[in-house]
Amino acid sequence: MTALGKTLRSTAFRLTFAIFGFGAIGAAVVLGLVAVQVIKLVDEETRAAIASEAELLLEQYDSGGLRRLGLVLAARSRAPGGSLYLLTDAIGEPLVGNVSQLPPSLTLASGFGETRYQGVAGAKMGRALARVYALPNGFRLLVGHDLGDRGRIGAVMVRTLSFSLVLFAGLAALGALFVARRVLRRIDAMNVSAKALMAGDMTERLPVSGSGDELDRLAVGLNQMLARIGELMSGLREVSDNIAHDLRTPLTRLRNHAEEALRVDGDKDAYRTALLRTIEESDGLIRVFDALLMIARAEAGADRSGLARLDLGEVVAGVAELYEPLAEERGFALTVDCEPGLALEGRRELIGQALANLIDNALKYGAGAMDRNEIAVAARREGGDVVIEVADRGPGVAAQDRERVFDRFVRLESARSRPGSGLGLSLAAAVARLHGGAVRLEDNAPGLKVRLTLPAAPP
Amino acid sequence: MRLLLIEDDREAAAYLVKAFRESGHLIDHAADGVSGYDLAHEGDYDVMVVDRMLPKMDGLSLIASLRAQENATPALILSALGQVDDRVKGLRAGGDDYLSKPYAFSELLARVEALGRRRPKGAPEETVIRVGDLTLDRLSHKVSRAGEEITLQPREYRLLEYLMQNAGKVVTRTMLLEHVWDYHFDPQTNVIDVHVSRLRAKIDRDFDAALIHTVRGAGYMIRDGAR
Repeated sequence: MTALGKTLRSTAFRLTFAIFGFGAIGAAVVLGLVAVQVIKLVDEETRAAIASEAELLLEQYDSGGLRRLGLVLAARSRAPGGSLYLLTDAIGEPLVGNVSQLPPSLTLASGFGETRYQGVAGAKMGRALARVYALPNGFRLLVGHDLGDRGRIGAVMVRTLSFSLVLFAGLAALGALFVARRVLRRIDAMNVSAKALMAGDMTERLPVSGSGDELDRLAVGLNQMLARIGELMSGLREVSDNIAHDLRTPLTRLRNHAEEALRVDGDKDAYRTALLRTIEESDGLIRVFDALLMIARAEAGADRSGLARLDLGEVVAGVAELYEPLAEERGFALTVDCEPGLALEGRRELIGQALANLIDNALKYGAGAMDRNEIAVAARREGGDVVIEVADRGPGVAAQDRERVFDRFVRLESARSRPGSGLGLSLAAAVARLHGGAVRLEDNAPGLKVRLTLPAAPP
Repeated sequence: MRLLLIEDDREAAAYLVKAFRESGHLIDHAADGVSGYDLAHEGDYDVMVVDRMLPKMDGLSLIASLRAQENATPALILSALGQVDDRVKGLRAGGDDYLSKPYAFSELLARVEALGRRRPKGAPEETVIRVGDLTLDRLSHKVSRAGEEITLQPREYRLLEYLMQNAGKVVTRTMLLEHVWDYHFDPQTNVIDVHVSRLRAKIDRDFDAALIHTVRGAGYMIRDGAR
């Protein structure tokens, strides 16, 4: 498409041209109205002139009779100008004047009227505004005025109108071209950015001129959308990087077990053991994989649908009850203090799992001095939130590590020797975020207190 | 039991057919949704195992169509989609159980056998379940062994009830978590074992014959040891 073709086809050009078009129509209407008014005015003045002239002529008749009137008429008829006169006798035979005969449409009764007329000796013909007056003895006097002036005024008006229309059209084309070029240039710039984005450069942004007009607002809105997409993409990339990185270790172990079994010429039992370990490793891998997927899904906000109203007390009691025998076996006192009637919009399964992870962590890392193996689970309402706390009396987490432990696969030095994937807290945090809440670690003095805050359901 | 496997992955299907036959079941196999539907519609199967993503007709539509035809053959859905939503969708379509891939065959076998033992539609529910000299009364919620009443916590009662409903068959840890606690997540540490050992202490400790048995690599089973 040529540059001009593109400009002519652009919305900006068409809009601008349309606006000028409406302007031109407006101008034509205004000029037309003016013309009508002017003609009306001219007509009125002509009538007034005819009336006063007729009055004058009738005075002449009154003072000097038919003869005097005839002389005056003869003189006036020869004078240049648009005035028309005709004196006839009772049967309509012309006597004196510059009109060849009385137009049949004009009678004594019709008053002022427009008519065609024929000048004497074919001198001139045209349209006239005229009136017929009665004289004694059936004589009649026509006084009128040629309408050529009116036609000339009309012609001037039409000329003015055509000229202004041509001017308007020219201006419209120029203005539309200018606006369209300007808008097109900016839209073309946006298109270039969009193509760069599609080509994979996610840092590219649409140009913003700074004028704050609607194109700017559109560009700003789209840029915000791009920023959000970029965040999500880098989040996903981070997840896949982590998966790639952290699944390598167990995958290598898995491979090693299999290789070891093949390399050593073992008996049936040795093979069996190797295979069992392989299955164990792959189960662990699946578990890590599931948790990672769930975290990624929760973080992408994809699972926000399907929240249902649930009773937090039931979840807390159920999960605590699930862990209670294990806690007892490991020498922990697990206490539950849950305010009744805590409702929230959420997913029972996910909140249950988050809480299970927190209790599981407390059981793994929360052992304190011999007499202080306590895990206190509490749930209560705080303002517009419900807060679930899992507090232990263990060594706690140092203040500088309290953010870091939420990252995927992060395991503190002290925890490395114990089983676990390093995903428990990340998962709890992802569940909290999915529900619009948060997880925070606090000092339980001594010990660790994990606070899971979720928005309460409206009552 | 007569089983129907509808699975398009040849290798997985061959493995499952062999493994189910070795476990003493008769099994037919269909490799796509339409032929699976035809088999399920005509044949009289105890349980069908349906892969969720199948050529020609997907697993959920297949089950939904069968249910619309009033075919109530218990169906277990196998799926690579393991999220909570997917599970709910599967059960809503008329599936009776849902297992996400990859799975352990012991888990699949236990679940299929549990489905196959469901009482026929309309049959009255047993009010008293007996395993050996152990009796569970579902009306009074009373449990006794050899005439001696045993006091159980509500959750222990449900655990025992589920085990006894499936007496003689393997019940996996995830099945217990699902049916007794109604959770499907992975509890990381094996919390279920501790619950079972507590129950075992109440049921078996004072008696010569143990009723609750651990099945290595699979789960638990309650059965009359004397038989």
